[in-house]
Amino acid sequence: MSLEQFQDRNVAEQNYFHVDIPDYPTTGWGKVKRAASRTFKGELFVGLWVVFREMIKFDIHTVQYPKEKLPVGPRYRAVHEMQRLFESGTERCIGCGLCEKICISNCIRMETKLDENSRKLVTDYTINLGRCIFCGYCAEVCPELAIVHGPRYENVSDQRAHFTDFSDMLTPIDAAISGTQKEFDGFGAVTPHEDERVKTTPLAY
Amino acid sequence: MENNITITIDGKEIQTREGEFILNAARANNIFIPAICYLTRCSPTLACRICLVEADGKQVYACNAKAKDGMNITTTTENIETEKRAIMEVYDVNHPLECGVCDQSGECELQNYTLEVGVDSQSYSVPDTHKEAVDWGLIHYDPALCIVCERCTTVCKDMIGDAAIKTVPRGGDALNTDYKAQMPKDAYAMWNKLNKSLIGTADRSDMLDCTDCGECTAVCPVGALVSSDFQYASNAWEQKQVPATCAHCSAGCQISYDVKHTDIENSDEKIYRVKNEWNYVSLCGAGRYGYDFQNADAVKDETAFNAAIAAFKKADTIAFTSSITNEEAFILRRLKEERGYKLINNEAKVFKTFLDDYSKISGQQLYGADLKMVHASDFVVSIGSALKTDNPNARFAFNNSITMNKGAGLYFHPIKDPVIDGLSKNVMSINHAPLQEETALYLMLDLFADKENLPKDITKYLDSFHSKKMITIEETIKEEIIEKVMVKQLNKETGEEEEVEVEKKKMVPKKVSKEVEVDDNALLAQLGAPADFDEKLQKFLKKKEKFSLMVGPDLYTHPNSRNLARLVALVEKYTQFELVMIPALANTLGVSLICDLDEEVGEYTIGYNTKADFTLSALGDGDLDMPALNQQEGTLTSINKRVNPTNVALSYGGYVLNDIANALGLDAKYTIDYTKELGVVKGFSRESFDDLPNHYTNSGEEVRGYLLKRIGIRRSSNESVNELEDIAIQSDIVYLANPVLQFTAFTNASHQLHGEGGLYGSEAFMSKHALNAGDKVNVKTAQGEVRAVMIHDNKIDGEIAYLPTFDVNLNSEALFSGYRFSSASYTKV
Repeated sequence: MSLEQFQDRNVAEQNYFHVDIPDYPTTGWGKVKRAASRTFKGELFVGLWVVFREMIKFDIHTVQYPKEKLPVGPRYRAVHEMQRLFESGTERCIGCGLCEKICISNCIRMETKLDENSRKLVTDYTINLGRCIFCGYCAEVCPELAIVHGPRYENVSDQRAHFTDFSDMLTPIDAAISGTQKEFDGFGAVTPHEDERVKTTPLAY
Repeated sequence: MENNITITIDGKEIQTREGEFILNAARANNIFIPAICYLTRCSPTLACRICLVEADGKQVYACNAKAKDGMNITTTTENIETEKRAIMEVYDVNHPLECGVCDQSGECELQNYTLEVGVDSQSYSVPDTHKEAVDWGLIHYDPALCIVCERCTTVCKDMIGDAAIKTVPRGGDALNTDYKAQMPKDAYAMWNKLNKSLIGTADRSDMLDCTDCGECTAVCPVGALVSSDFQYASNAWEQKQVPATCAHCSAGCQISYDVKHTDIENSDEKIYRVKNEWNYVSLCGAGRYGYDFQNADAVKDETAFNAAIAAFKKADTIAFTSSITNEEAFILRRLKEERGYKLINNEAKVFKTFLDDYSKISGQQLYGADLKMVHASDFVVSIGSALKTDNPNARFAFNNSITMNKGAGLYFHPIKDPVIDGLSKNVMSINHAPLQEETALYLMLDLFADKENLPKDITKYLDSFHSKKMITIEETIKEEIIEKVMVKQLNKETGEEEEVEVEKKKMVPKKVSKEVEVDDNALLAQLGAPADFDEKLQKFLKKKEKFSLMVGPDLYTHPNSRNLARLVALVEKYTQFELVMIPALANTLGVSLICDLDEEVGEYTIGYNTKADFTLSALGDGDLDMPALNQQEGTLTSINKRVNPTNVALSYGGYVLNDIANALGLDAKYTIDYTKELGVVKGFSRESFDDLPNHYTNSGEEVRGYLLKRIGIRRSSNESVNELEDIAIQSDIVYLANPVLQFTAFTNASHQLHGEGGLYGSEAFMSKHALNAGDKVNVKTAQGEVRAVMIHDNKIDGEIAYLPTFDVNLNSEALFSGYRFSSASYTKV
C-alpha cells in the first residue's frame, strides 16, 4: 500500500466531498421546523424495527460473562506467568535480573544466590501488582521467555498480596512436563523466520 | 612532572610530558583509544594488542610507545580497524554466552569492546577445552570466562608484589595454521599467545597462596575472577556507589561502598561489595572484604544516652582510638576546651611526640613526602614497620617503585618477611634485633648523608664505627690460552679428509685469590646485615635518582623514640631521601594534629571504642552505641597528608558523639558542621564538608578532599643526637602486629574476615618451641600474661611470634609497655 494519499495533504485535489448537512437554523422559526421534522420523520421506528427483527431471529451475540469469556489475543498483557522448560519442568528463569532492571514502576524484586551446583539460583521473586502498570517490558526483555503475560485479566481482590504469590504465577509442573503449557506469542517472543536471519558461527569440531 | 611536549592525536593538539605512553596521554585528554590489557602504573603487557595507533606513519601500540615532541598520531586507519575487528572476534571465540548470569553483569569490557567494534559474526574457530572453575578462598576463578588479558598477573606482580598468579599452559589444540596467512598479523599473534595460556597459581598448587588483596578480581575485565562472596549475590547495575574512604589503615584509599536493599522484605541498605578505581588506587584485602563492620540495629536508647551524659559530667578523662573521623576528634578537642577532659590516646600520642621531635630539626610540621612519591622513586628504604600489614599500600608503593622504575630497596625489620623478600631480587632484608632501629638510622646517615654538611660530631661518631680490615677475596679473571687442537679438514688438492693441527686462542675463566683492604662497618655487624651487604648495595645504587624512606610505628613506640625522631629528621635533611611516616591507624595523623593529648589518666574514664568506666562503642558492645565509620560522614587524614571525605553508606539509628556534645553545651546540627571549623587546626583548611570532592580524573589526578598545608616550625639549631645505647631484648620475643587482612576489631567484625586471633608464628618458631598449630599457649611478659591459640602464619619467617590487636577477646596490648617488641616466655598449656 502506498502512503501517497496520506502524505498528500492538498485537500482540494483529492476525492473529498462535503456531506449534505443543512446549516444550523439561526432563527427561532427555523429551530421549530427542525424539531418538528426530526420528531415526525419516523427514524425512531427504523431503530425499533431492527431490534425487533433481531429478537425474533434469536441470533444473540451477547457474551454471558463471567460464565463465558472472550478469547484474548496473544499480545494481551494481563497478570504475569512464569514459564517452565518443556519436558524437564525446570523453571526457565535464570535470574539475570533484566526484568527487575527494566521495570519502570519498580515493582519487581528478586534475590539470587550461588546454589550447590554452582548455578545461579533465584531464591525469591516478587512482582508488586499493586504498582505494576502491565507495560510488558519485563516479558519483552526476558531472554528466556520465562516471565510472560498471561490472559488472566481479572485482578480484583481485597488484598494486593494475592497477586504476588510466585507459586500462583508459576506454570504447574505437570503442565510443563505434559507439554500443555502455552507458548507465549506476545512481545519478546521469537519473531517468525528468525532462523533465516541468524549468522552461523564456524565450529572447529 | 610538567607537561613539556606537544603531540597531535587525531588532529587535536595535546600537551604531555616526554616519555609518557601515548595511551596515557590520550586518556588524560579524553581521547578514546581502546585497551584491554593495560593498567596504569603497571608495565604494558602487550597481550591484547587492541590499542594499535599510527604514530608518524608507523603502527605502534599506544600502551608502550612513548610520546615524542611533535608526534602525529592517528587512532584509526583501515588496517587498524581490521585488526581490531579480528582481535575482538578472536576474544569472542568459544566465550560462553552466559552474560545473563555472569557476575560481571554488564560491567564487562569484552562486551563493551565487542559492541564498540561491532562484531556481529564470527570467522575463526578452535576446539574448546574443558576448564573447571576453581575456588581460591575469597577469590573465585572461572577459566572458561577468562580472556587471558593478564591484567591480574600484571597487577599482582607490578603493584601488589605477591606474584601469586601467572599464566599457565592451557592445553588443547593448536590453532589452524592456515589462519596465519588469512588473519591480520596482530590478531593472529595475540590469539596464538592467548590460545596457549590460562591463569593459574604461581606454584601450580590448588590453593592460591597470597595476601588476599583481591586486586586481581578488581582489574578483571570479565567475570573470570570474582569475589567468592559476591558471586550471584546481586547484579552490578542494582548497586548504588557511595564514594568513601577506607576506614581501616592510614593509607586512606578511595573506595566505593556498593549498596542495595537487603532483600525483598527488608529495604534497608546493605553493602554488597567494595570497589576501587584500580587504575589509580589498589586496595588490600581488609579494605576490599572488611566492609560490613557497621553497628547494626542501634536505636536511640534514651536511658543509655542519659547515663552517658551523666558519665560525661562525672568523668575527667576520655580515652579513645584513632578509628574516628577528624570531626569527632575535633568534638573531643572542643570538649576538652569546654570541660577540661584529659584526652588519652597513646598510639596517637607517641606519633605526635615523634612528629614534634622531628619538627625541631626539620623545621616542618609534617614529613615531606607521600606514597605517590614513593611510587615514583627508585630506591626505597623501610625502617620500623611490618610493611605488609601496617600499611599494605606502603608495601604496594615499595614494590611498585622497585618493579616499575628498575629500583631497589632495603627493608629493616626484625621479623623476616617472605612476602617482602619475594618482591624482587633487588630487595635486601636486614632482619636486625629489636631495638636496633636506631642503628639502622645511623647506618642511613653513614651510607647516604652528605658528610660535608652533617654536624661534625655526628660525622665523627659515625667514623668511629669504621675500621680497616684485610680480607681474602676470590676473583675470577679471564685468561687467554692457546690451545692446539686437531681439526679435520678437506685437503683441496687431494680431495681427501685429513687431520691438521690448528692453534686456537681461547679465553678461560680462572679463579685467583688476593688480599684486599676493605672498610669494616661495625653498624652492619650490629644490624646483622648479610655478608654481601656492601657489594649488593653498590649494585642497587647504580643509576638511582629518587630516594624514599618510609618509617613506621616501631620507631614511635621505641624507648628512645625522641632520639629516633631527630635521627629521622637528620636523614631527611642530609641525605637525598624523601621521608614518609606511616601512621599506625586510620586517622592517627588527624587525631595527633587535632587533639591535644594527655598522658595521665584521671579517675573516671569514658572510653570511645576502648573499654573504660563508661564505654561508647561503634562495635555495639559498649554502654552506648556509636556509629561505625561506614555509617557516618566526615573526613579522615591519610598518610598522604590528605583530608579525605567519607560518606554514609548505611543508615544508623542511634545517638552520635555530636548529640552528646550538644547535650554538654556545644552547638552543631550535624557532626560535619565541624569540618569547616577544622581550619583552626594548623595545617587544615576552612572548607565545608559538602565542598570536598572525592574522585580521580582520567589523568590519574587525585581530586579528593584537600592536602594539609605545609606548616613551618621554628627550627632549632641544636642538631645533636644521642649515641647508641647498648640495649637489647633478651630471651624470646613477641611482637604486637596484626595478620594479613586484619587491622582492628572493625575488620574482624566483617563477615568475610571474621576470625579468632591467636599467637601467630612461623614454622621455625613452632619447631623451636615444640608447638603445633591449635595448641593453647601461655604468653607471658613482664607486663602480663595471655592465653592464645597457636596459629601458623606462612607469611612470616624467623623465630619471632606476634600477637594481634584485632581480636577484642585477646587483650594482647596489655602485654606490651609501649614498644611493639617485648621479651616473652611461652608455655604450652
